Amino acid sequence: MGAATETFYSVIRRQGITRRSFHKFCSLTATSLGLGPLAASRIANALETKPRVPVIWMHGLECTCCSESFIRSAHPLVKDAVLSMISLDYDDTIMAAAGHQAEAILDETRAKHKGQYILAVEGNPPLNEGGMFCIDGGKPFVEKLKMMAEDAMAIIAWGACASWGCVQAAKPNPTQATPIDKVITNKPIIKVPGCPPIAEVMTGVVTFITTFGKLPELDRQGRPKMFYSQRIHDKCYRRPHFDAGQFVEEWDDEAARKGYCLYKMGCKGPTTYNACSTVRWNGGVSFPIQSGHGCIGCSEDGFWDKGSFYDRLTNIKQFGIEKNADQIGMVAAGAVGAAVAAHAAVTAVKRLATKREDADHNS
Amino acid sequence: MMDAVAPASDTRPDLAAIAADASGERAVGRPTVYVYEAPVRICHWVNAFSIIILMVTGYLIGTPLPTVEGEASANFVMGYIRFAHFAAGQVLAVFFFARILWAFVGNHHSRQIFYLPVHRRQFWKEVLHEIRWYAFLEREPKMYVGHNPLAQTAMFTGFTLFVAFMIVTGFALYSEGAGIDSWQHKLFGWVFAIWPNSQDVHTWHHLGMWALVVFVMVHIYAAVREDIMSRQSIISSMISGERQFRD
Repeated sequence: MGAATETFYSVIRRQGITRRSFHKFCSLTATSLGLGPLAASRIANALETKPRVPVIWMHGLECTCCSESFIRSAHPLVKDAVLSMISLDYDDTIMAAAGHQAEAILDETRAKHKGQYILAVEGNPPLNEGGMFCIDGGKPFVEKLKMMAEDAMAIIAWGACASWGCVQAAKPNPTQATPIDKVITNKPIIKVPGCPPIAEVMTGVVTFITTFGKLPELDRQGRPKMFYSQRIHDKCYRRPHFDAGQFVEEWDDEAARKGYCLYKMGCKGPTTYNACSTVRWNGGVSFPIQSGHGCIGCSEDGFWDKGSFYDRLTNIKQFGIEKNADQIGMVAAGAVGAAVAAHAAVTAVKRLATKREDADHNS
Repeated sequence: MMDAVAPASDTRPDLAAIAADASGERAVGRPTVYVYEAPVRICHWVNAFSIIILMVTGYLIGTPLPTVEGEASANFVMGYIRFAHFAAGQVLAVFFFARILWAFVGNHHSRQIFYLPVHRRQFWKEVLHEIRWYAFLEREPKMYVGHNPLAQTAMFTGFTLFVAFMIVTGFALYSEGAGIDSWQHKLFGWVFAIWPNSQDVHTWHHLGMWALVVFVMVHIYAAVREDIMSRQSIISSMISGERQFRD
């Protein structure tokens, strides 16, 4: 574990990869990150000279779907990411070490790579009851998180859990599951939301950090711009059907067979920032909309508490009833309409009465 | 503000004299005051038509029309509806902005819908009087050259605040399609700091539409009713700019 001075290139060559394949990988990475033609040689140069970045990967309250996604990365292959690009010094789910041996690595990393390592967090800490709902190595996870965040260079918040809270933070959130940026406030945090995030997005973020030695440019909400600056809807291959006004109305109708837009079926593509419609899943095979199911908006804040995945409009619970904006609006407009009509009627009656009174008075 | 017009008896036309004067030489006009200057009236009607287009197209964006037949390349129904919505929205924004600028240049009445004199006791007294008038508890309404205090309150919240909210959230939603490098995102992207999930912004924009529907209903009803009941012109004032007092 202590071989962090090794460069990426030496690791890559040791694994029997030719220099030609190495350059192919660099070009591919540059292309998948959307960088210019010079970037491939810069990536190659960085991999040849830079030491591998130590990464501590921790698991809080989560389902490990981020890890499941990560290990399926095709470009670059996860084996390259884990064994060659980063020095994955700690990941309790997939590491060989266990118990005290494993926990010792955390202290070692903190001492040896102070301010140098990346803390990748999958899941989030529950804060209720002093953090007792997630015990890791005999201590509340929140304590472990704070300890390791102290000396980290930056934190990667993997998935919707670490970024937003996700289903364990759904109302009424009994464990008080809290996203990372609400617990750690003094370190740069990269949010890589999704449930799970796309494998290539995860390895892409790691590649960017190891290549350029800095964090990717983030948007207003702390997500890497290169993957989260556009909505699913903006690059959806069914978008022409949306613009044409061709929608699936029922799951088994003719429009569904023809692959029309899933907007009316509650697709959250128009409000979801992610790279699914461009990068796709499982090595670019497909993504939910391509498989005929609308986007559920799993990379968006609060997607778990916005009512049905199959409704266009959000349920609004503040009124004590589960109604959407249209239903509330129509009731309000109807009530006001009735009030106006009643008021007009009373006005008319009053006016007639006054006129008659005046007429009586004058005669 | 507060310029409640006392029905001045000396300006009241002498009906008998007018009746006697067949040639109409002595026909004294009813007292009229120039209230709404041309830019105010233009803004009013442009905004009114924009808002109607925005409501219809906005509703159809949220609840699209039934699927059209044929190739996607041969149809552009949602495209046109959204275009109309965006175009009307930008027209509304421009004229709303122009209306704000005119408040600095125009007469006293052009400023009425942009503030509420909540610190004045007289204002609240007159609001209460107007509420009593609408609750049929007063026999006679007071007369005002511009908006009455209750109308001013309704205009300030129902129009100025709501429309400003719709413009801000509207441009924020538009910036999602225009991209994060667009000026719309630079100017209005902060909306997503308040509601990180743009679905919430959609919901609020939707609720805002219904709030405006309610405002429009009340606005039109009040205008028609006051035109009939309060012995002063209301509807034609927004065309001619002049308010006529019929007493």
